[in-house]
Amino acid sequence: MAYKIIASQCTACSACEAECPNAAISVKKGVYFIDPVTCTECVGHFDDAQCAAVCPVEGTCVPDPAHPRSA
Amino acid sequence: MFDAEQLPDAGEGQIKPLNDLLQKIAASKGCETKAGPGKSGCGSTGTESTLPPEIWEKVKNHPCYSEQAHHHFARMHVAVAPACNIQCNYCNRKYDCANESRPGVVSERLTPEQAAKKVFAVASTIPQMTVLGIAGPGDPLANPEKTFKTFELVAQTAPDIKLCVSTNGLMLPKLVDRICQYNIDHVTITVNMVDPEVGAKIYPWIFYEHKRYTGVEAARILSENQLRGLEMLTERGILCKINSVMIPGVNDEHLVEVNKAVKARGAFLHNIMPLISAPEHGTVFGMNGQRGPTAQELKALQDACEGDMNMMRHCRQCRADAVGLLGEDRSDEFTTEKVMAMEIDYDLEARKAYQAKVEAERDATQAAKADELAKLAGEKADIAIQIAVATKGNGRVNEHFGHATEFQIYEVSTAGAKFIGHRRVDLYCQGGFGDDDKLETVIRAINDCAAVFVARIGTCPKEGLLKAGIDPVDRFAHEYIEQSALAYFKEYLEKVQSGEIEHVARGDADIRQGAFTAA
Ligand code: SF4
Ligand code: SF4
Ligand code: SF4
Repeated sequence: MAYKIIASQCTACSACEAECPNAAISVKKGVYFIDPVTCTECVGHFDDAQCAAVCPVEGTCVPDPAHPRSA
Repeated sequence: MFDAEQLPDAGEGQIKPLNDLLQKIAASKGCETKAGPGKSGCGSTGTESTLPPEIWEKVKNHPCYSEQAHHHFARMHVAVAPACNIQCNYCNRKYDCANESRPGVVSERLTPEQAAKKVFAVASTIPQMTVLGIAGPGDPLANPEKTFKTFELVAQTAPDIKLCVSTNGLMLPKLVDRICQYNIDHVTITVNMVDPEVGAKIYPWIFYEHKRYTGVEAARILSENQLRGLEMLTERGILCKINSVMIPGVNDEHLVEVNKAVKARGAFLHNIMPLISAPEHGTVFGMNGQRGPTAQELKALQDACEGDMNMMRHCRQCRADAVGLLGEDRSDEFTTEKVMAMEIDYDLEARKAYQAKVEAERDATQAAKADELAKLAGEKADIAIQIAVATKGNGRVNEHFGHATEFQIYEVSTAGAKFIGHRRVDLYCQGGFGDDDKLETVIRAINDCAAVFVARIGTCPKEGLLKAGIDPVDRFAHEYIEQSALAYFKEYLEKVQSGEIEHVARGDADIRQGAFTAA
């Protein structure tokens, strides 16, 4: 299970990177992305996905359908 | 095509009539019973006479705080802090923090190491540069590691540079100790409300302690942190300036309350800025048609809050990576590429010598002004006029009318000449208009002025200005502004008294929208 960043909407503000409890977010050549292996959707750390809560652009940090929660 | 009659009007149910505000002014004035001329002694913008000596000592070379310093010293901002932890309805996070720059501006983001090198490069080239600010592009305190690392690097090599930081205040209480540790002597907090109900109309959400809050609750948490942070800073002897964005119909009248609240907690300066709002900025307020205040509305509110507190009127909402004297931007000379290629030798002594020279020039300006004011002594008149001045800085009338991208506005009465603000006339959103339209734009922006002082002016614009009732004056070319304004006013009074001219109150003027981009 993991979140992803919709790169076309991202302002590269870096806010999510600092908030992620798993250091799952990094930046390469100005593009922010989430490592689906490290991301835990913040489960066990916080009630809400921190990246989505801090992101200034609605709908930019979203659950990644390619890495769904195990049922 | 613009027309002076088309100024945004004060009705439309968005704002209570100006009269209400004017009445409040009367009620809240500390030392005057009515607005108008003759307010000397009660808090004009940061001058030696109105500030306690220990504060004056701290701010006198700070261009953003002291109006005089503003003409002689330069500040720079470095954009190291991209993240923000709240959302303001007048901000589009594609661009820089709208609390600190005009909307629609994007600054080049730097790492702390790049930023420090840029500071040394600028300080070596522009010896007047005395202040480094971090103000964005997001909220510096939402990026504490980057912000404080930059301050640390700069303080190591350039201990003479004053450090300041601007913030929305949310993280202030938690970071006050670190602010003290890095010897930051000025903090600017943007406070738009002290009532969460009002705040809910300005801030859709905040991110605090790992949680997103919305509505009134968000505004309450923000407000509590802002005010507590302000108290904690002033207790520790750190100067605090408050910025407020005036949003007609949302917080315009409420800002009188804000003014009282921040004054009570020790803020030394309150800077009320107009909301800049247009649909193309893509902000909530831009999209829902929320308008900004007119020049008269802004001034009425600033006057209302002046009382016994220093109001700052010379803020020009510069950009987060601005370099130079206020009113000019030399950032193009200091792009990251150019800076990284520079060899820099930081010469503290040379900088001190230069600053001493500026100090002398500044004293001369003050003396000239005092001389001229002495000539007005004994004159008593209930008239105040506003004068627009084309200037490149140094406190002199030294810009051509046609080259001016903005004018400085002075209010002159028998009490003296007081700087009250800037009016931009750069053609940022004016693509494709001819010269006649340009003149109209300028007239709209300085429509409340009786005269405009310039170093030079062509015949055509001269006639246009005269037709609009604005006296174009070039005989004070390269003279000191305040001295000239007082001399002009003395003649003006004489003409009024002899019946040669009739004093008529001027209309309102327009506040230009869009980012200040001119160099
Ligand atoms: S959901 Fe949580 S763990 Fe995953 S990237 Fe966002 S902040 Fe990190
Ligand atoms: S918080 Fe949102 S906008 Fe900012 S870098 Fe992360 S994904 Fe991009
Ligand atoms: S604090 Fe500044 S950057 Fe953050 S939302 Fe408000 S205006 Fe934008």
